[in-house]
Amino acid sequence: MSTLDSKIPDGPIKDKWTNHKNHINVVNPANKRSIDIIVVGSGLAGGAAAASLAELGYNVKCFCFQDSPRRAHSIAAQGGINAAKNYQNDGDSTYRLFYDTVKGGDYRAREANVYRLAEVSANIIDQCVAQGVPFAREYGGLLDNRSFGGVLVSRTFYAKGQTGQQLLLGAYSAMSRQINKGKIKMYNRHEMLELVLVNGEARGIIARNLITGELERHPAHAVVLGTGGYGNVFYLSTNAMGSNVTAAWRAHRKGAYFANPCYTQIHPTCIPRSGDYQSKLTLMSESLRNDGRIWVPRKIEDVEAIRSKKIKPRDIKEEDRDYYLERRYPAFGNLVPRDVASRAAKERCDAGYGVNETGEAVYLDFASAIMRYGREKANTSHIENPSDEVVRALGEKVVEAKYGNLFQMYEKITDDNPYKTPMMIYPAVHYTMGGLWVDYNLMTTIPGCFAAGEANFSDHGANRLGASALMQGLADGYFVLPYTIGDFLSKDIRTGKISTDLPEFEAAEKETKARLDALINNKGTKSVDHFHKQLGKVMWDKVGMARNETGLKEAISEIRKIREEFHKDVFVPGTTNSFNPELEKATRVADFLELGELFACDALNRSESCGGHFREESQTPEGEALRDDENFAFVSAWEWTGDPGTANLHREDLAFKDIELKQRSYK
Amino acid sequence: MNLTLKIWRQKDAKAAGAIETYQVSEISEHMSFLEMMDVLNERLITEGKDPVAFDHDCREGICGMCSMYINGEPHGPDRGVTTCQLHMRKFKDGDTIHIEPWRAQAFPIIKDLVVDRTAFDRIIQAGGYVSVNTSGNSQDANAIPIPKEDADNAFDAATCIGCGACVAACKNSSAMLFVSAKVSQLALLPQGQVERKDRVLNMVDQMDAEGFGNCSNTGACEIECPKGISLENIARMNREFISASISKG
Repeated sequence: MSTLDSKIPDGPIKDKWTNHKNHINVVNPANKRSIDIIVVGSGLAGGAAAASLAELGYNVKCFCFQDSPRRAHSIAAQGGINAAKNYQNDGDSTYRLFYDTVKGGDYRAREANVYRLAEVSANIIDQCVAQGVPFAREYGGLLDNRSFGGVLVSRTFYAKGQTGQQLLLGAYSAMSRQINKGKIKMYNRHEMLELVLVNGEARGIIARNLITGELERHPAHAVVLGTGGYGNVFYLSTNAMGSNVTAAWRAHRKGAYFANPCYTQIHPTCIPRSGDYQSKLTLMSESLRNDGRIWVPRKIEDVEAIRSKKIKPRDIKEEDRDYYLERRYPAFGNLVPRDVASRAAKERCDAGYGVNETGEAVYLDFASAIMRYGREKANTSHIENPSDEVVRALGEKVVEAKYGNLFQMYEKITDDNPYKTPMMIYPAVHYTMGGLWVDYNLMTTIPGCFAAGEANFSDHGANRLGASALMQGLADGYFVLPYTIGDFLSKDIRTGKISTDLPEFEAAEKETKARLDALINNKGTKSVDHFHKQLGKVMWDKVGMARNETGLKEAISEIRKIREEFHKDVFVPGTTNSFNPELEKATRVADFLELGELFACDALNRSESCGGHFREESQTPEGEALRDDENFAFVSAWEWTGDPGTANLHREDLAFKDIELKQRSYK
Repeated sequence: MNLTLKIWRQKDAKAAGAIETYQVSEISEHMSFLEMMDVLNERLITEGKDPVAFDHDCREGICGMCSMYINGEPHGPDRGVTTCQLHMRKFKDGDTIHIEPWRAQAFPIIKDLVVDRTAFDRIIQAGGYVSVNTSGNSQDANAIPIPKEDADNAFDAATCIGCGACVAACKNSSAMLFVSAKVSQLALLPQGQVERKDRVLNMVDQMDAEGFGNCSNTGACEIECPKGISLENIARMNREFISASISKG
């Protein structure tokens, strides 16, 4: 085990970024024109980076597997984006955002990166407004804010429930302007299948044209991966169907260390699975927990009656309901952080109290909020002695104004009316905090290969706070990478074009072609989805919300077995040289089957609990996550050795100089 | 439920396509339409046949990738939803469902139900943006107050997901709802004023060059739009276009 150098600049934390910018190498404007950069991914991180780098003068090639860069999964983010603007005059500051993020991440993030993130957060809002992003506003015309889980100030900027969409379209429009100028060459429906290294540096990629099936060689002086997270290793997640780990995994196999793969965020309020045919899960915004109360029946006979549809949830008397979050966490109640709420739901369902046919659902009930708002409204409307029906009708109107679009989405999917009957929810995989290890410059352990946004590991530690993913993606893309990449590229001003005739490109293309041919020629008996579902089940059952040594060891051997079966028995129809969505899935699942094992190994190695990573062996007597700072205050960065099961562990020790380490408590 | 599916199959852009008939059984009413298609494809794969190609990604109605023309309507019979949010409870046991790709000259078919919508990207590239560089020194976001009504109207226009249902719904294959949504968003905001005239002229030029037709005035696009983008945007774009043509002409 070696120790990694994260290249954190010297000096007090508040001066590090400024000093760093003042002292790193820059490339002069004329020389930028002779430097090529590949950006893979067109979401908030990739799209923002591509646009900003092109504006600086670099020649950018950007790749996305969707039919347009505007479809990247950043678009699905609902809630908002944090920024330390302190517009509400409630005492927010760069330091407070920094502190909340480090604490929320359960003290497993790198202080210097998080401080920089907080520092540039305000610039993001200015930039987006200048682009014409229509954030929510107050009647006075100024920007509105709301508060989000786990913090004491209102710093979240939003555009109704479509903040991700609006920010992504901002980045997309900035990209479109550069595409129009010819400074970005956009490759839609292209997927990166290999990273090409020349003399140990990232100098290009092999991409597959998904329409023609052709393999293409693309050279560059640096490669930026803004390819998102790997939550789809669980098969079912809130990620888009195409979200995948392939670009990051290919870089990992070429020498980029993969950091903290086991840090996964499992979001507590998603619509439960309804059957085996289910292809993905849908998130319901965290904001619902402000007014909804979470419960399951207290008596097991009521659970059975509910499942066999003999009674309805509203038939269960108040004293027979177990509001388990309020019971276990009287101080925070239904507003505990995401990891805590998710584990508590699992605990009740594992004990047999799940309220749907699958046994994996709890109620999120708005009945008391509806009555509370209704009484308030009756008071302010001067209605004397209103009947319950009048109060309920008034209350439903108030709740509709607050959450109408979410209630409508729920009803479209489930065909249940959440005003009349409690919603059913269950946790689902939502975001991965782990990712490619990067230094302060966002460079991976491969020189010239950078990772931005969810694809890297750097800012959220073991748990991400709500409304921080959008902030990090845009911070990396707009305000960090455009500066730090120059430090690497300054040595390349005389390099000239990278030739695709180099033997390294030849070899990488040949290897990729062999991989694709093997999948097509395998002619097995089972579909790609069959294996993906098997992998997902093992990940969810044994590497999901709660993990223990026995389960993780079983998971590792089971994943190996599924992987072997996959390569023996998968059937991929069609050909390599045509539009073939099944082949796309197959290449992605092949990589998930390797990542899954590393993921489980990482979870096994980290025998402490922290944030979203809960090891059953490491808990307090009350069943809460127990961190082990003495032995685990470090980042686990894994080096590929030819097999995910034998990856080499490198550590980056985390020093907390500006924040005191504390055990989190929500009692 | 058991269903008969009549699906457009087309090997590639150059091949002639045709409708083929498939039976699917034991479809749950809780399935989404795309999950029903997954069931069909899983079966075709186990039979060693070519699965039906269709575009999809987020499956929660926001990415704009899914695009099926179902029983003569873009995104099918439900209102305010994309194909991925359409659920099988909107159909009955024994139904025959016709599934086709978006039909428009400007959206050539790539395979089966997959079409090429890059024409939309090129229209945005022609001017659907505010020309500002990334800068750590932009003026403060609150320096220009924007009346809430304008901001809300701009937001409503900006919720367009670029799926192309408006084009598929229009008998003229007009893209005016799509183009006008972007023109409106930026015309309503102070940040969009500087390039207001050039923007509308350039975007409309590109729209015409791509081969989209003129507005049919039937309002089909508004009805089929999964995000409820209003026809008022087209009226606003026409006004913007005329005023820019006069002052620039």
